[in-house]
Amino acid sequence: MKSLWWRQIQGILRMEVRKSVLSTRALPLYLLAAIPATITFIVIAVSTIVGEPPPEFSGPSGATSLFAILFQLGILRSTLYFAAVWIFMNLFRGEVLDRSLHYYFLSPVRRDVLVAGKFTSAWVGVSMVFSVLTIVCFGAVHAYFGSASLSSLAGQLFAYLAIVWMACLGYGAIFMVAGLFMRNPVIPAILVFFWEGINAFLPSLLKKFSVLFYLQSLFPIDISEGPIEIIAEPVPLWIGIPGFIIFSGLTLLLAGFQIRRMEVHYADD
Amino acid sequence: MTPTSDRLVFDNVSKFYGEVLGINRVDLTIPPGITSLVGPNGSGKTTIMNLMTGLLQPSQGEIRMLGICPDNPEAMFRHVGYCTQYDSFPKGATGQQFLYNYLRVHGHPHADATEMTERSIQRVNLIEASTRRVAGYSKGMRQRIKLAQAICHEPTVLILDEPLNGLDPMARAEMIELFRELAATGQHIVISSHILHEVDLISDQVILLNEGYVVAEGDIEGVRTEMSGRPLQILVRCDKAGLLASRVFEHESTVEARMHDDGGGLMVSTKDADAFLLAFNRIVLDNEIRIESVTPADADVQAVYQYLITQEGES
Repeated sequence: MKSLWWRQIQGILRMEVRKSVLSTRALPLYLLAAIPATITFIVIAVSTIVGEPPPEFSGPSGATSLFAILFQLGILRSTLYFAAVWIFMNLFRGEVLDRSLHYYFLSPVRRDVLVAGKFTSAWVGVSMVFSVLTIVCFGAVHAYFGSASLSSLAGQLFAYLAIVWMACLGYGAIFMVAGLFMRNPVIPAILVFFWEGINAFLPSLLKKFSVLFYLQSLFPIDISEGPIEIIAEPVPLWIGIPGFIIFSGLTLLLAGFQIRRMEVHYADD
Repeated sequence: MTPTSDRLVFDNVSKFYGEVLGINRVDLTIPPGITSLVGPNGSGKTTIMNLMTGLLQPSQGEIRMLGICPDNPEAMFRHVGYCTQYDSFPKGATGQQFLYNYLRVHGHPHADATEMTERSIQRVNLIEASTRRVAGYSKGMRQRIKLAQAICHEPTVLILDEPLNGLDPMARAEMIELFRELAATGQHIVISSHILHEVDLISDQVILLNEGYVVAEGDIEGVRTEMSGRPLQILVRCDKAGLLASRVFEHESTVEARMHDDGGGLMVSTKDADAFLLAFNRIVLDNEIRIESVTPADADVQAVYQYLITQEGES
């Protein structure tokens, strides 16, 4: 039975990864990914024209700080977030809008296996695009503004990639469920964006209801959010990451429950 | 899970869409063979088919497909194939990719999926077009590829929602022949249609629906007898409408043939649809007329059902 499920998930992956990264549905994903890449190359171009980089960003530690800011603001909190909103919310909604969901429902596939297959393929697609983006931006910043030792860079890069994968997991689970439960998923997307944006200024108890909070322990360096930031002790890595995976798993179980009850009604039936 | 019965059973099944009635208190036991669900638009045919396949869930009652509950797709869709009325496909896929991808989702390995894809494409006679994108298919080709998708895993129960819609007379004849072949192997074939003439030649039994209720059920002969004498109107869109009109008018079963204002089609009234369609096929072939569509006129179909339902009420 397990091997059948695995073959079915592979079959779903074949179709869905293509949809996530090679179809017209993937266009917003690439447009969003292009934004931080463009910003990185504009910063490099401006520094080249001016002649030398600002002193706070020159040298290995400066490059590390510059990339940390770029990653937090340009990738994690904005473009990756909205890419996850777009891809994961449309996992089932997109099929309903294309009126093709019934083909999956008419296959001998358990609906929770379908959830697992579709979620995994979207996770692979978004993670792949943003991993490449992170590597390119990281490489460009460190190549231009100053390089630390290779081992230190490799450690930092791996940490950033892990954040990308975990963020896709967390946001992906939330937005897939939102896409299944909500008629208008834009509202939860904006609410979560607002909540994640004010996370730094929330009391430590409320901070825990946030994806970003659990990713803090993975960041290679801390960035100050300003004088009114409320500092909370980050969750230890060994609790934060498994807890995060369990949370995402529970969210997927909820999605599986919802999809089992789902009926196929297209707009003009 | 293996089938525990050879029947498709609806036990006091109702389906409501909010306040709106889909079907009400339907009891059915469908044996193997060809069964037609016939009724005007909105009578509940598609609702019954969607309930059979788990695309909808009943508001009350119980459904068993060969003894399997439709909420167990893993077991049921090994034995059931459904050609829906939804005329949409995954974007960008060719006919071949469409079938192959879904067979992989079923869990078939590459070699089996490839072979099954080819076999079902051959069966619906779509070999040449199979490498083209489905988006560029004609209505008839789309119907055929949907049918191929329904039969590609060789189900024992085949559910077909208006499968002959949009097919030209030749393709209709081919499809009907295919349904007969499948039924001859002991399969269940459930076909819906709002055109009784279309399915009466091939059906072993008919279930007549109106406004969500089963109003008649059983042998086709009884229903057909009640229909005799009632003219059927058929809409034809084609390239030589004038020529076609003159030729069909020569046929004794034709009551009336009226050209469309744009000259691109005609409306034919016939008192013997079977004889007319046979003659029609010959005329089309002999005169090399390019047919765009052949469809019964809805208004008249509604009238036929009104007639049937009234008769049912009176008896």
